[in-house]
Amino acid sequence: MSELANLVLACDKRLGDCRLSLNISLPLQGVVGIFGLSGSGKTSLINLIAGLIKPDAGRIEFQQQCFVDRQRKRWLAPEQRRIGYVFQDARLFPHYTVRGNLLYGHPTRADTPEKLARIVELLGIKSLLARHPNGLSGGERQRVAIGRALLSDPQLLLMDEPLASLDEPRKQELMPYLKALSSEFNLPIILVSHSLNEVLQLVDHLVLMDAGKVVQHGPLEQVWNSPAMQPWLGVTEQSVLLTAKVAEVTDDHGMLPLALANKADEGGKPLCLWSSCHREKEKGQVLQAGHDVRLKIRAADVAVSRVQPEQTSMRNILPVTLVSMTELADQQIEWLMAVGEQFIKARITAWAQQEMQLKAGESAYALIKGINVLGVSKKS
Amino acid sequence: MLTDYESQALLLSLKVSSVAVLCSLPIGLVVAWVLSRCQFWGKSVLDSLVHLPLVLPPVVTGYLLLLSLSPQSALGAWLEEYLGLSFAFSWRGAALAAAVVAFPLLVRSLRLAFDNVDPKLEQAARTLGAGPIRVFFTISLPLIYPGLLAGLVLAFARSLGEFGATITFVANIPNETQTLPLAMFSFIETPGQEFAAARLCVIAVVLALMALLGSEWLSRKNQTKRKGGR
Repeated sequence: MSELANLVLACDKRLGDCRLSLNISLPLQGVVGIFGLSGSGKTSLINLIAGLIKPDAGRIEFQQQCFVDRQRKRWLAPEQRRIGYVFQDARLFPHYTVRGNLLYGHPTRADTPEKLARIVELLGIKSLLARHPNGLSGGERQRVAIGRALLSDPQLLLMDEPLASLDEPRKQELMPYLKALSSEFNLPIILVSHSLNEVLQLVDHLVLMDAGKVVQHGPLEQVWNSPAMQPWLGVTEQSVLLTAKVAEVTDDHGMLPLALANKADEGGKPLCLWSSCHREKEKGQVLQAGHDVRLKIRAADVAVSRVQPEQTSMRNILPVTLVSMTELADQQIEWLMAVGEQFIKARITAWAQQEMQLKAGESAYALIKGINVLGVSKKS
Repeated sequence: MLTDYESQALLLSLKVSSVAVLCSLPIGLVVAWVLSRCQFWGKSVLDSLVHLPLVLPPVVTGYLLLLSLSPQSALGAWLEEYLGLSFAFSWRGAALAAAVVAFPLLVRSLRLAFDNVDPKLEQAARTLGAGPIRVFFTISLPLIYPGLLAGLVLAFARSLGEFGATITFVANIPNETQTLPLAMFSFIETPGQEFAAARLCVIAVVLALMALLGSEWLSRKNQTKRKGGR
C-alpha cells in the first residue's frame, strides 16, 4: 500500500468499563470493515477518527495530517477534518427538507447543481427532495444521510452500521448503493458492522476487534481464513475466501469460468472453478470477463481424493497440496490445503482420515461441491 | 374605549415587558445553553444565582436593585457617567426590574428546550463542517423554537405582572413607571375607584389571554410545517 494513503491510530481511550487501546495503520483503499461484537469498541474507534471523542493519550494521523496528538497538544475539531459520517440512526435534521439536509454541509460552489443531481440520481432520492425527514422510511432516511455526507466533500467516509436499524427488505434495497459508493466516488470508506454478510459483500480490508483491541487486520481473505476469525463462523459456516477473475466464456454450457489468480496447471492454462451463469443472474449479479470476484467455499462442501477422479459429474476439482490438519469435535477433521498462493479447507470424518492416512505435504485433489460467488469488487 | 390614564398604563406595561423580555433573551440563551451543555466548576452556583429572583420576595429583589444601581452607588454612577444609563425613577428601571424577576422563568424554559435537543444532531452537523456557532444558529436554536416561545410568553406574562420589585426600585410614577399592576394598586387604595380598578383588571386578563393564544397559534404553525412537508 502506498505510504500516503493511510490512517494511523495509536491511542488509548477509557470509556466506562471499556478500555480502547489501538495501535494500527490502516490502508485507505476501497472499503475497510471494522468487525466485532457489540461493545468491542467499533463505534468508539470511528468516533475517535471523526473527532467526536478525544483520546486520553496518543495520536491519530490521516495522510500525514495530524488529527490529534495529545503529547504535542494538537487537536483538529471535527468540522475541520473533512470526514463524512453516516450514523446508524441517520440523524437527519428535522427542521430542514431533504434538499436542505443534503446541502447542509456542502461548500457552495459553481458545480453544486451537477454534484447534487449526480448524488440524488445515484441514491434514487429525487422524489424526496422537497419532503421533511419525518415522513421518510428508514431506508430513505439512510440514503439521504449518505447523500448528505457525500455532498460535504469528505476525504474519508465513516459508516456506523448503516444497515443495522433496517429490516431485511430495506437492507437489500440499500446494499447496491453501498457497493457502488467507494468505486463511484473514489473515496476510502470505513464501515462498522457486526454482520458477516455485510462484511462479505462490501469489505476489502477487515479489522477484527475484541474488547477494545484490534485482534487482527489485513485483506479480507487473509483475516477470514485466519484462526482469529474462526470463533465467529460457527461449525457449519467454517469456510475460506478466495479471489478469482471472471474469464471469457468459451462454450455454451451456461457455466461461468472463474480463474484462480496466480496458478496455472501444466498446460499453462489458469485453474478454473465454474459457477452457473443462471444462478448468478438470479442473484442479480452481472458478471463480465475481467471482473474480480470473491468466492466463499465452505469446508463442509469440500472432499479430498488422492487420485484425480475421472468420469465424475463434479466439475470443480482442483489439485492441492495438503498443509495442516486440525481435529475438530464430533470426530471431524479439517484439512487446510494450498492452491497456489490461496487456501481452501476440507472437512472430512476421522474415519476417512484413518483409512486414507493423509499427511501434510502430500498432493491431492479437492472436490468442491458448492461455491458461493460474492460481490463483484472493482474491475482491475 | 379606554381612558387616557388606562391606555397610558397599558402601553407602558407593554413597552416595559417587551423591552425586558427582548433584552434578557440573548443573555438567557447563553446562560441556558451553558447550563444545558457545559460541565464546569461552580455550575450549581450559577444555577442558584439565576434562580434566586424566583424564590426571593420581589421587594427584596427591588431593594437590592435600588442599592446597587441608584445614582449614589458605584455601579449606578459608573453606568450614568460612561453609558448615560440611568434607572432611577425611569421606565428603564421598571424594565430592568421586570427582566430580573422574569429571567429565571425564561432560562428554565430555554434550558429544558436545549436539554431536549439531541446532541447527536449537533454532532452530525459538526461532522458536516459546521463550527459551533453555525451549529447553534442552524440546529440548536431552530430546534428549541417551541421552548423558546413558551419561555418568552412566560417571561412576558411575569413582566406584565411585576409589582413588588418595580415599586421598590423605581416607585409609582404615572406615565413613567406606573404599569398596569401599579395603576391598579393606586385605584384600589383610593376610595370610590373600585370600578376603575375592575376595568384595569379586565384589561389585564384580556392581555394575558391574547399572549397565550398568540403563542399557541405560533407553535401550532411551526408544528404543521415540520410534520407535513409531503
